[in-house]
Amino acid sequence: MWAFINKLRSPKWFYAIGARLQPFFWVAAATLILVGTVWGLAFAPADYQQGNSFRIIYVHVPSAFLAQSIFVSMAVCGLVYMVWKIKVADMAAAMMAPLGAAMTFVSLFSGAVWGVPTWGTWWMWDARLTSMLILLFLYLGVIALRGAFTSRDSASRAASVLAMVGVINIPIIKYSVDWWYTLHQPATFTITGRVAMPTEMWAPLLIMVLGFYSFFIALTLMRTRSEILRRESSKRWVRDLAAEER
Amino acid sequence: MPGTNAPSPATESRTPVEATGEPGAGLAVALWATLKRDLVLLMRRRSEVLNPLVFFALVITLFPIGISPDPELLATIAPGLLWVAALLAALLSLDSLFRGDYDDGSLEQLLLTPQPLSMLALAKVAVHWLLTGLPLALMAPVLGIMLSLPAGSYLTLAVSLALGTASLSLIGAIGAALTVGLSRGGVLLSLLVLPLYIPVLIFGAGAVQAAILGDGVAAHLAILGALLALALMLAPWAMAASLRISING
Amino acid sequence: MSLSLQARKLACERDDRWLFEDLDLDIRAGEIVRIEGPNGSGKTTLLKILSGQLADYQGELYWNGAPMREARQAFLESLLYLGHAPGVKAALTPLENLAWYQALAGSRSNEAARLAALESVGLVGFEDVPAGQLSAGQQRRVALARLELTPRPLWVLDEPFTAIDRDGVAALEERLVIHARAGGCVLVTTHHELRDTAELRRIRLGRGGQQHARH
Repeated sequence: MWAFINKLRSPKWFYAIGARLQPFFWVAAATLILVGTVWGLAFAPADYQQGNSFRIIYVHVPSAFLAQSIFVSMAVCGLVYMVWKIKVADMAAAMMAPLGAAMTFVSLFSGAVWGVPTWGTWWMWDARLTSMLILLFLYLGVIALRGAFTSRDSASRAASVLAMVGVINIPIIKYSVDWWYTLHQPATFTITGRVAMPTEMWAPLLIMVLGFYSFFIALTLMRTRSEILRRESSKRWVRDLAAEER
Repeated sequence: MPGTNAPSPATESRTPVEATGEPGAGLAVALWATLKRDLVLLMRRRSEVLNPLVFFALVITLFPIGISPDPELLATIAPGLLWVAALLAALLSLDSLFRGDYDDGSLEQLLLTPQPLSMLALAKVAVHWLLTGLPLALMAPVLGIMLSLPAGSYLTLAVSLALGTASLSLIGAIGAALTVGLSRGGVLLSLLVLPLYIPVLIFGAGAVQAAILGDGVAAHLAILGALLALALMLAPWAMAASLRISING
Repeated sequence: MSLSLQARKLACERDDRWLFEDLDLDIRAGEIVRIEGPNGSGKTTLLKILSGQLADYQGELYWNGAPMREARQAFLESLLYLGHAPGVKAALTPLENLAWYQALAGSRSNEAARLAALESVGLVGFEDVPAGQLSAGQQRRVALARLELTPRPLWVLDEPFTAIDRDGVAALEERLVIHARAGGCVLVTTHHELRDTAELRRIRLGRGGQQHARH
């Protein structure tokens, strides 16, 4: 455990190990998303109630999963950075935030598009959509706070604290929004209701979720590696690397 | 005053000694002095105390003008309006919570006392609540009358606001501590803090709704109390960490 | 009374720039240590580290032989720090300002001590005037009154002579020497040239703005 943490301290080590892992995740992401898309769009049966419009689930649900997971990973990275002062963790957190915000937006947008055939309107104050909207604001707050500091070290620490505060609040927000929604008893049904799904429907969904996660890992590895080069550009190992490339 | 600034013989002979006194008593003395100091400071600048209250009344005035003076309509939306307006009014004064101490260097001194920073920051938040949250809660019933809030919910309105604004002050203080080192932290502070306010808003406005409908309000108030307990446990730690970050920005 | 503040291999990196590296310091009782260096060489940062405000450094600090992380409480109880900003509230009178500092230091309220402290910095007659109506130099003197009010062995002073008139500077300089002779210790940064005394020692920080390549 300690040996691992000490290795993580070295951006150089992460840069090297990232280079080895990255291709694997890119291939996995491309394959899974391709298989999931084709299966989900062409072969999975249509929903008896919603017809073909339900197929947006194959984008909506994976992006919603990812949006929440990325916030949690961001907070974990923040904790690792604050406790062990591992800079790579902060670089990863900084790179995750825009991706998380984008995923939240994708899930909101796909939810709105889905709302047109199901509810006949672009927006409904559905519990899940509302929670997602609040999550988007939380992401924007973290990104804005990081951008507001002139000192990068302070920005990193402030963003880490805010991500940790946010992650403690996410379940509270989620439960209170669910409670608020049931209290006001709207006449519509939730789009991703807990109806048992046949295997032909959820198998491609599972593949899509795995594909999205692989994509997230691959992209974060790639972006963290370039961030390492940017932040460590004055260090000798990066200069040596640049000399080799030339 | 030339000539008066040489050290007097009495102080000259005094050698530096270690600070004495048991730690518990020291903390109580420091907390009490901080409470007193901040109360005196705010009472000397009374407009800072009054501004959120005027803002609260003003926002409430805007709604009948913007929507409709129909008492029935106003009565249905009154609980939400009162809560949202009070929440925004409480937010308004948050930016100045640590700003003065940051600007004049008192915050550095607060960091370097032998007393825990989280407790001293908590004392400052307590003053903020006493002079913002509590007056807002006491004032809300009057504005409730203006919005034709149904009878029987006035006490719940005041109690839910008193409980809820305490949580709001604590959560907001984390945001204020994070942004105190930034020259234009005001808008950013709202962006950071408002999403975290949502659970308090839901249960606060919910309590007033329940009182109107004649349901039991105990559950809502209990949840508000639970949120406050959670905020009391976690916020001081986050505030202290944030202040340490800001002071070195 | 003995005190010692030691730094071993102290290094500080802010935003990938090394302010200083491999700094070894031994600060003992009876010394006035002046930290010198050009703008941007990390004087204030070093003072912030040595006064326990900034935990963002590499290397080790020892207070009376114990690692700082363990001795922090004892260290803070022996420290008096005066920063760039005087830490004086404009809306409070000098007496009220000092009352807060007295309480923060953990001592009981004692008006006689506060009056004596204000007298020592030449603020007789200004005790009950809101600090906002005092000049910048007088506000600085209110902060300096804490040197008398709260007897602590280690003084860390960041530019304490700012805005003070010539008589005040001379008196403060003398006060520093008296403190050092009485077994105290002073760490100071200043643009003012201090008189050479047996107690004075200088620590020079390297050129500012230098970027070191390092693994």
